Amino acid sequence: MNYSDFLYMRNELSLLIVILFLLVYDLIAGKKGMKYFQPVAIIAFAIHTVLNILPYPAGEAFGGMYLNTPMMTVVKSILNIGTLIVLLQAKNVFDMENQRNRRGEYYFLTLTTLLGMYYMISSGNFLMFYIGLEMASIPMATLAALDKEDNKSAEAGAKYILSAAFSSGIMLFGISYIYGTTGTMYFMDLPSLISANALQIMAFVFFIVGLFFKISLVPFHLWTADVYEGSPTSVTAYLSVISKGSAVFVLTVMLYKVFGNLIDQWQGILYGIIIVSITIANLFAIRQKNIKRFLAFSSISQAGYLVLATISGTAYGMTTLVYYVLVYIFSNLAAFGVISAIETRTRKLNISDYNGLYSTNPKLSFVMMLAMFSLGGIPPFAGFFSKFFIFSAAAQQGFYVLVLIAVINTIISLYYYLLVVRAMFIEKSDNPIPALKTDAYNRISLVICTTGIMVVGILSFIMEKIGTYSFGM
Amino acid sequence: MIIALFIARNRKQVLGVMVTGSTLLVIMAVYLTVSYVTDRAAGATGPMLYTASMMWYEPLNIHYSVGVDGISVAMLCLSAIIVFTGTFTSWKMEPLTKEFFLWFCLLSIGVFGFFIATDLFTMFMFYEVALIPMFLLIGIWGSGRKEYSAMKLTLMLMGASAFLLVGILGIYFSSGASTMNILELVKLHIPVQQQYLFFTLTFFGFGVLGALFPFHTWSPDGHASAPTAVSMLHAGVLMKLGGYGCFRVAIYLMPEAAHDISWIFLILTGIGVVYGAFSAIHQTDLKYINAYSSVSHCNLVLFAILMLNQTAMTGAVLQMLSHGLMTALFFALIGMIYGRTHTRLITEMGGLMKIMPFLGVSFVIGGLASLGLPGLSGFVAEMTIFFGSFEHPDIFHRVLTIASTMSIVITAVYILRMVGKFLYGPIQDQHHASLTDAVWYEKIAVVTLIAFIAAIGSLPLGLSDMIRTSLSDVVAQLMR
Repeated sequence: MNYSDFLYMRNELSLLIVILFLLVYDLIAGKKGMKYFQPVAIIAFAIHTVLNILPYPAGEAFGGMYLNTPMMTVVKSILNIGTLIVLLQAKNVFDMENQRNRRGEYYFLTLTTLLGMYYMISSGNFLMFYIGLEMASIPMATLAALDKEDNKSAEAGAKYILSAAFSSGIMLFGISYIYGTTGTMYFMDLPSLISANALQIMAFVFFIVGLFFKISLVPFHLWTADVYEGSPTSVTAYLSVISKGSAVFVLTVMLYKVFGNLIDQWQGILYGIIIVSITIANLFAIRQKNIKRFLAFSSISQAGYLVLATISGTAYGMTTLVYYVLVYIFSNLAAFGVISAIETRTRKLNISDYNGLYSTNPKLSFVMMLAMFSLGGIPPFAGFFSKFFIFSAAAQQGFYVLVLIAVINTIISLYYYLLVVRAMFIEKSDNPIPALKTDAYNRISLVICTTGIMVVGILSFIMEKIGTYSFGM
Repeated sequence: MIIALFIARNRKQVLGVMVTGSTLLVIMAVYLTVSYVTDRAAGATGPMLYTASMMWYEPLNIHYSVGVDGISVAMLCLSAIIVFTGTFTSWKMEPLTKEFFLWFCLLSIGVFGFFIATDLFTMFMFYEVALIPMFLLIGIWGSGRKEYSAMKLTLMLMGASAFLLVGILGIYFSSGASTMNILELVKLHIPVQQQYLFFTLTFFGFGVLGALFPFHTWSPDGHASAPTAVSMLHAGVLMKLGGYGCFRVAIYLMPEAAHDISWIFLILTGIGVVYGAFSAIHQTDLKYINAYSSVSHCNLVLFAILMLNQTAMTGAVLQMLSHGLMTALFFALIGMIYGRTHTRLITEMGGLMKIMPFLGVSFVIGGLASLGLPGLSGFVAEMTIFFGSFEHPDIFHRVLTIASTMSIVITAVYILRMVGKFLYGPIQDQHHASLTDAVWYEKIAVVTLIAFIAAIGSLPLGLSDMIRTSLSDVVAQLMR
């Protein structure tokens, strides 16, 4: 075996170094050293992000177990940026007195799940894929239950681990059938062996349902709202963008590369799932009072749009998907940044608590408004461009009816996003949230998000650059 | 201009920036018109002048491309005038003056961008840019049932834009050539079967913004709740985006479908013209009266566009201009009167002519323009429209035309009744007797608008020639 193969894994390796470094630091640092734990962790991760931001050439290691393409490194970089923003926002949460003793675990576990996602993305074999998946989901359950004193957090952890285990079981069942009918687990060998016979279609359905659980598409979304509500806000933010983004990307790669022969079947499945996900999630989101539950349903419907980018099966569809994930990260994390800032100071989480926010916190409400507009797809913010492109990708393949349904749904979603804007700008409140000062880290994260929302749409080269790495069938 | 607004700290500075900015806009618009006319006279041909194009999104071949023809020039002038006068009418806008003007500017950017865009994507983007500030402008600074109206307006218009988006994507992919540029798309031929579908989608999408019956219901509520300047800009310019888009995209690009299925929309708009006028009769709120009269007039614009001949379409553009100015004048005056009497119900007012003669006289002039008095802009526009639509020899078109002309009579009924009730007669409320007449900034706004209305009314030839020549391209497309 060739040791230079390890170099293809430089992204994973550098993340591993960061993780181990933080683990050791957490162990040996005394009370005094722990004061600097969070800044050190954030800086270490930022260095990792910067080092790996440029895509590097394709290659495979360990006999095809591990694959790397430039597209995958782009996705990893996007996930890195997202995670960095999440960590910046988490800083003020773990500065609080009652949360302080958990900061070591938080950083360690979060980065471990990220490592799992890396392997999941880069896998070239079903086993590798499964290991990555579990590595991402088991620490995630711990993270959801991080707030030990809170019953809801414990409930969220239990729900997550149960549903994750259940979906993994279903997925493994599907994988075993795939192995049984083809005799191989390597992605590169599989396409030629898969023909649309009944057993393989069944295996495929089991497998894909497991992934739908992770992405939380309707009707496999039932865990989402409770877990999002119960988890600490910084974990919810992570769960809703990073975890979801990586899972959708993996889904796309699988569908394009491994199950390309089953395109008729999976386009049919996705068609139904997209319509149901977007519509039902939107209808539920309208009725939510708690802003975290609200964003949970909004993220289910956003996941529907993500899958809409997949359905075309073209390289262009892939580009729009990755681009959408990038934009979604900025928009959703901007919203979570504001929520987190308000929650740590006031513990208020209802949409009605945001009434009159503009009069006391004009900057925070401005960021929140941008986030809502971007999520709702209003130009000239990035969300408009990303939505337009996924629609064009689907329309290119003739899915006009689907696009029409999806576009009408954006109007429904616009309604509930505007409800938040209305609460902040138009409603008056006798008891508004007092003017608060966010810490420097959170402010940096919000600045990054705002810049992202404003600029990513207008600068076309970002999308074109992503386009040069994408592949279709 | 927006940047300047960000810098401006206090109210005075904000107003200063707005006044200079909007004056510059008017000067630029006039300069554009003059240079456009001279260039055309000097023999510049080609459908659009001053085109510029910049590659934006490679994979979809999206360009940021702009250009103007006679119609867009006319529309740009209209927008500039209304932004200018709108600034003066919202002189006393409080609270959050700066934010108000920021959103107001964003709205105007959307409008201007829309009229100069020659790329479907750019056009659609500016269309939506123009829509969203409305939500906040009405929601924060509006009056009455403002939240309801703001939400209704935004959602209905966005809903329409959903159909529009699918229509645009359809045009893009079914034309066969991957371009979004309108001028290039014209040269191609979209299969007729698909034209039917996408014509309906795009016409419907733009039509809702042009208050196409029965999807006009956002308009009365929205206009009634919006603050004065926003009502002006919205009724005066934004509704024109609908008409402009209808013929620039739907009819220009898909002429065969326009010929075959225009009858559905003709019936709808025909009903809209008469229905809007009838509804206006039994409103008592001044803003609602004007809003319904806008519905009627805007439906007339769409009606004329659908007649698909040069005369009627020239009339349509003239009507857009004239209605834009007229309705802006009305809304401005209503805002000024409301600011003094704190009521908009005509039953509670009376004899205002004696108290505020300037506003009263201006109102009468606006009213007369609206009912089509010769010498003012309304007459020119409506005359041209009905002339054009009567050119059609068949019974269907003629019957519809005759039915629509009824609206002129009904308009006269409600305008004269309204004017008679609240301007003349005895003073209803003694508190009103002590009110003052217009002050200087209000006078500037009103006089500007009246001057342009009279100018179009008395000297329409240059303008209609400019529009007519620009339309010949569209008409040639229709004759193909």
